[in-house]
Amino acid sequence: MTVEASTPVFTAFKTARPDQWVKGVTGDWEIIVGMEVHAQVAANSKLFSGASASYGGDPNSHVSFIDSGMPGMLPVINKFCVEQAVKTGLGLGAKINLWSRFDRKNYFYPDLPQGYQISQYLYPIVGEGELEVESEDKSTIMVGIERIHLEQDAGKSIHDLDPDATYVDLNRSGCALMEIVSKPDIRSPEEAANYFKSLRSLVRYLGTCDGNMDEGSMRADVNVSVRRPGGELGTRCEIKNVNSTKFVAMAVAYEARRQIEILEDGGSIDQETRLFDVKTGQTRTMRSKEDAHDYRYFPDPDLLPLVITQEWVDGIKATLPELPSAKKHRFINDFGLSAYDAGVLVADKEFSDYFEEAAKGTDAKMVNSWLTVELFGWLNKNGVEFANSPISAKNLGGLVKLIQDGTINGKIAKDVFAKMIETGDEPAAIVEREGLKQTTDTGAIEKAIDDLMATQPEKVTEAREKPKMLGWWVGQVMKSTGGKANPAIVNDILKKKLGIE
Amino acid sequence: MTDLTKLTLKSALDGLSKGDFTSLEITDAFLNKIDAINPKLNAYTLVTHEKAREDAKASDARRAAGNAGALEGAPLGIKDLFATKGYRTAACSKILGEFKPEYESTVTSNLWRDGAVMLGKLNMDEFAMGSSNETSAYGPVVNPWQVEKKLTPGGSSGGSASAVAADLCLAATATDTGGSIRQPASFTGTVGIKPTYGRCSRWGIVAFASSLDQAGPIAKDVTDTAIMLKSMCGHDIKDSTSLNVPVPDFAAAVSRGVKGLKIGVPKEYRLDGMPEEIEKLWQDGINWLKEAGAEIVDISLPHTKYALPTYYIVAPAEASSNLARYDGMRFGNRVDGKDLIDTYEKTRAAGFGAEVQRRILIGTYVLSAGYYDAYYLKAQKVRARILEDFTKAWEKCDAILTPTAPSAAFPLGQKQTDPIQMYLNDVFTVTTNLAGLPGISVPAGVDVNGLPLGLQVIGKALDEETLFAVAGSIEKAANFTAKPNL
Repeated sequence: MTVEASTPVFTAFKTARPDQWVKGVTGDWEIIVGMEVHAQVAANSKLFSGASASYGGDPNSHVSFIDSGMPGMLPVINKFCVEQAVKTGLGLGAKINLWSRFDRKNYFYPDLPQGYQISQYLYPIVGEGELEVESEDKSTIMVGIERIHLEQDAGKSIHDLDPDATYVDLNRSGCALMEIVSKPDIRSPEEAANYFKSLRSLVRYLGTCDGNMDEGSMRADVNVSVRRPGGELGTRCEIKNVNSTKFVAMAVAYEARRQIEILEDGGSIDQETRLFDVKTGQTRTMRSKEDAHDYRYFPDPDLLPLVITQEWVDGIKATLPELPSAKKHRFINDFGLSAYDAGVLVADKEFSDYFEEAAKGTDAKMVNSWLTVELFGWLNKNGVEFANSPISAKNLGGLVKLIQDGTINGKIAKDVFAKMIETGDEPAAIVEREGLKQTTDTGAIEKAIDDLMATQPEKVTEAREKPKMLGWWVGQVMKSTGGKANPAIVNDILKKKLGIE
Repeated sequence: MTDLTKLTLKSALDGLSKGDFTSLEITDAFLNKIDAINPKLNAYTLVTHEKAREDAKASDARRAAGNAGALEGAPLGIKDLFATKGYRTAACSKILGEFKPEYESTVTSNLWRDGAVMLGKLNMDEFAMGSSNETSAYGPVVNPWQVEKKLTPGGSSGGSASAVAADLCLAATATDTGGSIRQPASFTGTVGIKPTYGRCSRWGIVAFASSLDQAGPIAKDVTDTAIMLKSMCGHDIKDSTSLNVPVPDFAAAVSRGVKGLKIGVPKEYRLDGMPEEIEKLWQDGINWLKEAGAEIVDISLPHTKYALPTYYIVAPAEASSNLARYDGMRFGNRVDGKDLIDTYEKTRAAGFGAEVQRRILIGTYVLSAGYYDAYYLKAQKVRARILEDFTKAWEKCDAILTPTAPSAAFPLGQKQTDPIQMYLNDVFTVTTNLAGLPGISVPAGVDVNGLPLGLQVIGKALDEETLFAVAGSIEKAANFTAKPNL
């Protein structure tokens, strides 16, 4: 079998839109960004051992003899992890390599017990693909994916427990990571952040990574360089381990500005690895190119090449859920949502699942507005996670149904919504209990109108001269009926009685 | 009563089965002999008296209950490269110190499953790197042949070969990365087989060069190695390179004969300056097999001359990475330095012997940026050619006959200062490791000084049965009955 080794030569063909250019003293600059995202595979056990891959636990409680590099221990590939990498690749429309290979990346560090990391250097399991990402002007760009490879995570060195000692926790040692490498197709801090966000959304849809950034399940190495728009590529710096979308944007913006300042002062950029300081928002040198390791990669002789079949890949493909970009287009076409609204909903599978459940058999646009304006607004204001929303999808849908079928009007619906948040009860039960049902009894409404007209004859005359007064009259009737009158019926009767066309 | 230690494994198993003696009796006989003889030979680095007697008692109880396994009650020696749960496993290196693993290697687990008894751990070259057993942190092993001359038993499985030859165990486990089973067997008048790569699980065997390492037995005769190998091998899901194939009844193949077999004789194994007696021995082997009904065919293995340099790139490359885990952090010995790097350096400088350090340096060099293509990658290409040589040879023959080693046992200390001279010991054996093929060494004669010499039979992948048949035929014809005089 002949297999092409993957040795990427990165080129950046696309020039940024002029609105993305960064103004310098000497002219405009273009930012070029490529990202390597490490996503921990959502698996019960590690990439090459049966130890638990779950987060947390007492230090060194999820460690097998393999993970701790005991003499004579051997790795055995975890099929589930391979499946997740393939699934992620399929989600990115990428080429799946039926033949891939694990190499050893050799270096010494106390949290690397084997003295090498098992990774896929020359022959990754996933090849080229692409991801749809929103730019800051709401347009959509495609970011190329260079490759995805599987590799082992290292353990964790803890330096701050003791002034003279470093402690090592090997719980994470050997956990499966997917390294997702983009092409340098990103042209602004916002695009970088949105790429990270879209990727997170994708892996969460696929269930291949939990996307939990606080627990380190996703971290990005961000490669930043600057050039004159469309000009020669500059020297890049790699910013390691950035773990939130916000920080990605901040790191890119800071790093681009730093490089531009150096270049405009006549300096040159040193290729180096940098760290992003979340406290200051700045990047600083971690190690220079001269300190770069020679990793002495070679094929891991403990493992056979990883060979999978097209049938197996097809089987995985058949199980893929609807992906964010497809769902977004469906929401626009089927529900008549705007691209922006659809984008907000599909950004998180939890949102779109909730939306679809709530929108069943009712007005989807109205559901969208109650969800994104009212519910998101309340959650944000009160700092409540979406997962802990007091209102279920079914109940939000129920509320919209009550409005649609005329049981309540929009104004009363806001009161019901407040009660739903308070109690978590079904909207129909609240309406029943509180007697908030809209009055469609024309007799009762007529009587209320007659009473009002009798007490305020001068307003009646006024309205007949100025038909715009109708609004004031509707308000009065609603007030006198405790807001429960059906506004449309009120309107009709008023017009008739006041003689307004 | 006869000296139970002089029995072959097969006859001992028969005696145990017939109730002529108990496992405890034969175990005690070996323990007594080890206590008396081992100080002279240094074959064992650890004698597990208590465990051996407990194992033996438990074995006798199993036999009494009618649950006897294939090796029931047989006392064996275990090379120090195999992890033995709760018993020091140091790969005869200082760096592992008193390391006692919490796990048992698959191969030894298989032996205990079949009822065998562990006598102790056997000496070896440090991390199996050496051809004379002189790199061991526990000192060299002495060959029981002409013991006063202090000859090497060969390496790296010197302890295993010496112990079997001196009747300090019925049989022993060993490992072979470039000849470490076959060359010591040749030097001590014992039989040793390196099976096809993947036959025996590597799980729990301290790694030297993963793509070459393979476990096998050293025993007193061909049948005994066949019995041992059957118990040792078998598929293991814990080793990704382990082969999922049935395990044949190897012992049944020993008396099969060679009638109709084509035996290849490779011209490239005729080295300049090879001792005449090795040439003669080889010719004897050819004649014996011809007389037994085999057809002899001349074959060519044209890349043979590149085998040794290829081996000394591939093996150190893998070793340099495999031995990175000995950093003093989690197990074994540590020498504290002023910072992390200093601690690493001091630990590894103190823990590894000179030969191991040499190979780590060679391996690191050949994998380094700028040298990788010229050395490691080139070596892998040559390795593929060497396998091709054999694949072509199998079109003409069923097995290949060669000498095992270019000389008989040499005095300890003689080649220690010249690594190249030492590496040349492996010249006939490394090819099978590079090609993953099985090879067996069977004693076939003695040199002018009365020291044993072995012949090697190389077979097709997974065709150990033919190997045993050919070796059985040589054994019968050679009628090698000489024993070391201790």
